[in-house]
Amino acid sequence: MSKGSPVSPSLMATKAHHHGSASASNATAASNAAATNSVYGPNNIVGPTQMTGSEAIVRSLEELGVKDIFGLPGGAILPTYDPLMASEMNHVLVRHEQGAGHAAQGYAMVTGLVGVCIATSGPGATNLVTAIMDAHMDSVPIVAITGQVSSGVIGTDAFQEADIVGITMPITKHSYLVTDPQDIPRVLAEAFHLASTGRPGPVLVDVAKDAQQGKMTFSWPPVIDLPGYRPVFRGHAKQLREAARLIAASKKPVLYVGGGVIKGHASVELMELAELTGIPVVTTLMARGAFPDSHPLHVGMPGMHGAVSAVTALQQSDLLITLGARFDDRVTGVLSTFAPLAKVIHADIDPAEISKNRIADVPIVGSVKEIIPDLTAALKAEFEEKGALDLTDWWAFLGNLRDTYPLGWTEPEDGLTSPQRVIERIGALTGPEGVYVAGVGQHQMWASQFVKYERPHSWLNSGGAGTMGYAVPAAMGAKVGNPDRVVWAIDGDGCFQMTNQELATCAINKIPIKVAVINNSSLGMVRQWQTLFYEGRYSNTDLNTGHDTVRIPDFVKLADAYGCVGLRCERVEDIDATIEAALAINDRPVVIDFVVSPNSMVWPMVPSGVSNSQIQVARNLTPVWEEED
Amino acid sequence: MTTRHTLSVLVEDKPGVLTRVASLFARRAFNINSLAVGPTEVTGISRMTVVVDADGDLIEQVTKQLNKLINVLKIVELLPDNSVQRDHILVKVRADAATRLQVTQAADLFRASVVDVSTDSLTIEATGTADKIAALLNVLEPFGVREIVQSGTLAVGRGSRSMSDRALRSA
Repeated sequence: MSKGSPVSPSLMATKAHHHGSASASNATAASNAAATNSVYGPNNIVGPTQMTGSEAIVRSLEELGVKDIFGLPGGAILPTYDPLMASEMNHVLVRHEQGAGHAAQGYAMVTGLVGVCIATSGPGATNLVTAIMDAHMDSVPIVAITGQVSSGVIGTDAFQEADIVGITMPITKHSYLVTDPQDIPRVLAEAFHLASTGRPGPVLVDVAKDAQQGKMTFSWPPVIDLPGYRPVFRGHAKQLREAARLIAASKKPVLYVGGGVIKGHASVELMELAELTGIPVVTTLMARGAFPDSHPLHVGMPGMHGAVSAVTALQQSDLLITLGARFDDRVTGVLSTFAPLAKVIHADIDPAEISKNRIADVPIVGSVKEIIPDLTAALKAEFEEKGALDLTDWWAFLGNLRDTYPLGWTEPEDGLTSPQRVIERIGALTGPEGVYVAGVGQHQMWASQFVKYERPHSWLNSGGAGTMGYAVPAAMGAKVGNPDRVVWAIDGDGCFQMTNQELATCAINKIPIKVAVINNSSLGMVRQWQTLFYEGRYSNTDLNTGHDTVRIPDFVKLADAYGCVGLRCERVEDIDATIEAALAINDRPVVIDFVVSPNSMVWPMVPSGVSNSQIQVARNLTPVWEEED
Repeated sequence: MTTRHTLSVLVEDKPGVLTRVASLFARRAFNINSLAVGPTEVTGISRMTVVVDADGDLIEQVTKQLNKLINVLKIVELLPDNSVQRDHILVKVRADAATRLQVTQAADLFRASVVDVSTDSLTIEATGTADKIAALLNVLEPFGVREIVQSGTLAVGRGSRSMSDRALRSA
């Protein structure tokens, strides 16, 4: 752990000391809107109008500027689906509520807008739980609206009754149970405000059936009443000066960039800071695309399957400039051995992330959108006084590592296609304007390594939660949000079988996503651990979908049955032609069954439970440090 | 080093707020020693007094996580030196004709009062710091304690300042 002074609560911008950020007069447009104009959306004025609660739900969503909704009706939400039919909002009828949740996430991730999903009470609501948890872990702004049984029978174990507010309490940013129709506009406006500002996250609004049916007087905008919610946007000036001083004095600084830079739309600001200072940049799994992979200052993704150059940059650094990242265990490895010589500057909009895992020497609470340019300005002043940073030695070391240990793979000995090549070709043939959505497992890691990301919002995955089945529905939501972009779901054969029913939704609603099933016929990441740590005892990881198996299900037939184009590719020489064929089809979803080797493994790897210094570039092969150091 | 911390938490009096606070402690594996809730002088605002066993870094994390709850308005840590902290206890003690006098004398020493009497028991009510309550129980223990009911710690800062005044002004 760093030995800096403990965090001073007085600098932490807690609620007790701040009045919120409305006073930040020269804030940028984006955060100014968040700070001063609490009601999300175009903010029209609507005079008092009599309507039902369900009409108020639909009208509120319209006033909030919602264009697209993902959902599936049922008894307790039926009243709301009636006026929804007359609305101009586009409702996408999913086949399983989990799909609605992930679609709302995918939509939010590519557009930066709040994603909306709707489900009925009981099992409809509980089917949303995985997606809500996923959004909570990855700070994705979604609002989930669920029907609830009538208020009179709440607590009686009524048909399809579930305490969804209670169930989701630990995995939402906030939640509401609405029993009075008059509360609907305010609650929905608050829900959108909470979901989209500060650290984004999921908000659940559970509406009792009688509140949907009851009469109310609608007017807009409602008055938001959240006295306990005052996110801080501007960084503390004294902390920024201290951060600039530390940076100016550092010899081995690293910009440790997390998903907050994408959520905070701060890529342009980051570029300016990086280019001013020449400090190496690492982008975490959640931050891929926040800084272009092709940029000479980028040294890769850190973490368990990160690039040697990125992992080592953090490990040997003397100063981590942490921007919207949270020292997740997949990045740090054994925490006590992580970056042992580094001081830590930690900028995050959520004060609770600062010094949660790693004590920060300089904590800065606020939005990276505000903090990064302020830091750049402070550094310009610092450099004018003391001269710019000299990182020649640091770059010589890192550059050598980057050249010596580039990401790569060895061709499998079984003669089957290597999955890494398939993924690399998808990225190369589609280009940086595409959107890439992965499930969870080996294919996810390869997609983070071998697709080259040049822009934010082009890489979506389930990072914190690790939700298998995320890819297809999230890609569907992304395609609805970005209809003009090519959207790839890069999925595994295991993940794909969890949520592929949304192919029906895609086919019927003309949402032409492209699904690349990286079919290694197994739960590949689990199998890799069994290979490495369980003497190759493959307990329950064989899925029988690939080469030399019964191939159940046949993914091509399955695609066909869902009204999609199904393609299969089993040979290296067919990869490009198959991808080109998929890229040429834009009127229907395409599913490609890429039959690949089950024996390919994700490298580099830091085995669980050891220091990041023990990173292996291949099995039992650790880089030689001495020659560089 | 684990030490005891007393947090005063002002919350909006909304449904589920107690659950939110309690489940936060459970989920984050923070240890609640005691928790007391009640209304305040301001309509719509309740005050929780939470006693937590945690070291310095952890108590900061507890406070930050509590602050993230939307219904939480303000948190203050009350230090023993500049606050008044009281527990409230009802103890039913075995006491027949032979021991009744000894028990009542013991209660008197602690400025506790006898609130119920029967032929073979006494119920004693006492208010005081956690240490005083523990000492009283120590003294009563040999007579035979039949039942204990105890409140969570209540705490208020010394001096004229009011926690809720400032919370409302900043809200």
